[in-house]
Order: sequence, then structure tokens, then C-alpha cells
Amino acid sequence: MKEFRIFWISLLVMALASPIGLYLPRLMKAGAAWGEWGLDEIKQMIGYAPAGMEKAADIWKAPIPDYALPGQEDAPLSRLSLSYILSAFVGIATCGGGGYLLARWLTGGRGKRGT
Amino acid sequence: MHIPDGYLGPPTYLAAYAACAPLWAIAARRVRQMLSARQVPLLAIAAAFSFLVMMFNIPLPGGTTGHAVGGVLIAIAIGPWGAMLSLTIALVIQALLFGDGGITAIGANCLNIAFLMPFTGYCAYGLLSRLFPSNKGKALAAGIAGWVGLNCAAFTTALMFGIQPLLHTGPDGRALYAPYPVSVAVPAILLEHVFLFGVVEALITGLVVHYLQRSRSAWVLHTAAGEAAR
Repeated sequence: MKEFRIFWISLLVMALASPIGLYLPRLMKAGAAWGEWGLDEIKQMIGYAPAGMEKAADIWKAPIPDYALPGQEDAPLSRLSLSYILSAFVGIATCGGGGYLLARWLTGGRGKRGT
Repeated sequence: MHIPDGYLGPPTYLAAYAACAPLWAIAARRVRQMLSARQVPLLAIAAAFSFLVMMFNIPLPGGTTGHAVGGVLIAIAIGPWGAMLSLTIALVIQALLFGDGGITAIGANCLNIAFLMPFTGYCAYGLLSRLFPSNKGKALAAGIAGWVGLNCAAFTTALMFGIQPLLHTGPDGRALYAPYPVSVAVPAILLEHVFLFGVVEALITGLVVHYLQRSRSAWVLHTAAGEAAR
């Protein structure tokens, strides 16, 4: 694992720096990404909520919606930053874990013997 | 660029799932054949890396936000099929845990971001790095390839949005899903990616390749080239 240490450290630094991705858009007064508006925003933009879109609103309730702990979507920015960093670590654990298991499974455990 | 639930009608998102299914199967088989033991942790690192890169929202002042993906960088390091698998993992986690991208749209998002981006970028890198074979040339090639890959993905994402009013408009003229036609969606999405988010993607891709070339981890960059030669 030693030869990958620099990569893991980089990921750690990225996770700690991730609130930049939260602050910069606020500073520059930038809104949602194009095509990722919420229902309310759509209503304001075109005057109505498309029927199919309205129906799809409840398909899935994500446990950490928009990288904020549930119920804290409108919390102060400092609190949101903590959630954001927490989300980054959850992301590293789940993506890293998922990627490792998938690769191990596909290579039939070669990864374990090889290192 | 993460299409949410409710923006695509069932024909589009089902077709995207159908297109992705064989690609995922091929990716699994290719990774099984090609991935060396040494590279196993790289697939995990790549998935986590792209997840984190996508957290860095870049604002278009007064307008929308976007982000880089890192998909071409990953394709250069572990090959495009490996990149497809790691990006798929990141996209699925984003959709399931964070509501970033829809559940119904996972196929569509994977087609654009996990398949088209790494493959177009990887092809561009292959061509350009042959033209500029020096280390600096390759870093430059990687940067341009990152820009190409992200913009290809942005273009197909915009097309998917744009065809919705054609496919699904109610008798009252109201859109059922994404409301903007191709003539609005494509320029809107492509312009911001061509001039801003794609440039950031290019910088990240080029600079990381530049750094890796002179680091102890330089072997990472040669594995994908070896795969192409095999």
C-alpha cells in the first residue's frame, strides 16, 4: 500500500478542502447547475412545474441530500461545510470501498496476493 | 451534468440503461483481463478521486455552477474500461446517498460521464500524445484530452435534455419533463463547459499528468499505454 500513500493523502487533502466547492458559488452568486433545478426553480423559470417532473420528485429520498445532513439544508454555511467534509469522507469510504471490492472480485483476489 | 429524476422521460432513461448494460459487461470483462494486481487499489482511488473532484463546484459568476470530473485522467491511468467502472461507482454513490443525479437517470449519466467522457478523452490522448511524444507534450495532450472528454459528455447530456420537449409535450403545449429544446439546452450547457468547466478539467488533467511523470508513481501513466499495445 506504501506506493499509494501519496494518492490517499491527496484524497484526504481534497476532502478537507471540499467546502471551497460550497463557498465559491455563494461568493459569486451562482445557482444550480444547468438542468439540475428544483421544482420551485423550474416553476419560476417557465411558469409551471412539468407534470412528469412533479411525479418524479418522490422517487428517491437520499439519506444525505445535496451533501447536507437531512433537515440542515438551510443551516449556516459553517455547519454546511462540516456536512460537506463529512460527505466527502463518506464518499471516499463508499467509492473507495466499492471500487476495491469490485476490482478484487474481478481479478479474483489477485490484488491481495500481488501486493 | 448529473441529470436528476424527472428530467428524462422513460423512453430516454430506459434506452440509456439498455445501452449501458452491455458496456458494463464488457468493462467488467476487460478489467478482469487487463487489471494487474498492482492496479487494484488504483480503481478504488480513482472512484474516490472522481467523487471528490465533482464536489468542487465551479461558479459561473451570477449564473450556474459546474465541475470537472477527472474521467480522462483516470482513463489515462487505468484504461478507459477501468475508468468506466470507477466513474460508475462514483455516480451510483452520488445518486443513492446524496441525491446528486437521479436514480432513473443513472444509465443516462453513466453513458455520458462514465462511458463517453473517458473514451473520447482517451482517444484524443492517444492521437495527441503520438504527435507530441515528449513528456511536456504528453501532459499538454492529456490536458486537451480532458477538455475534449468533458465537452463530449456535456454535449450528449444537453442532447438528452433537449430531445425531451420533442418526445413529451402535453396537449396543452406544456412539457412533461425537461422543458428546454435542443436549441436552448445545447448552447447553454456547451458554452459553459467549453469556456470554463472544460478548461478546469484540462488544467487538472494536464497538471496531474505532469506531476505524475516526475514522481515515483510514474508507472501509473504507462499501464494504459501497455494495455493499448496488447
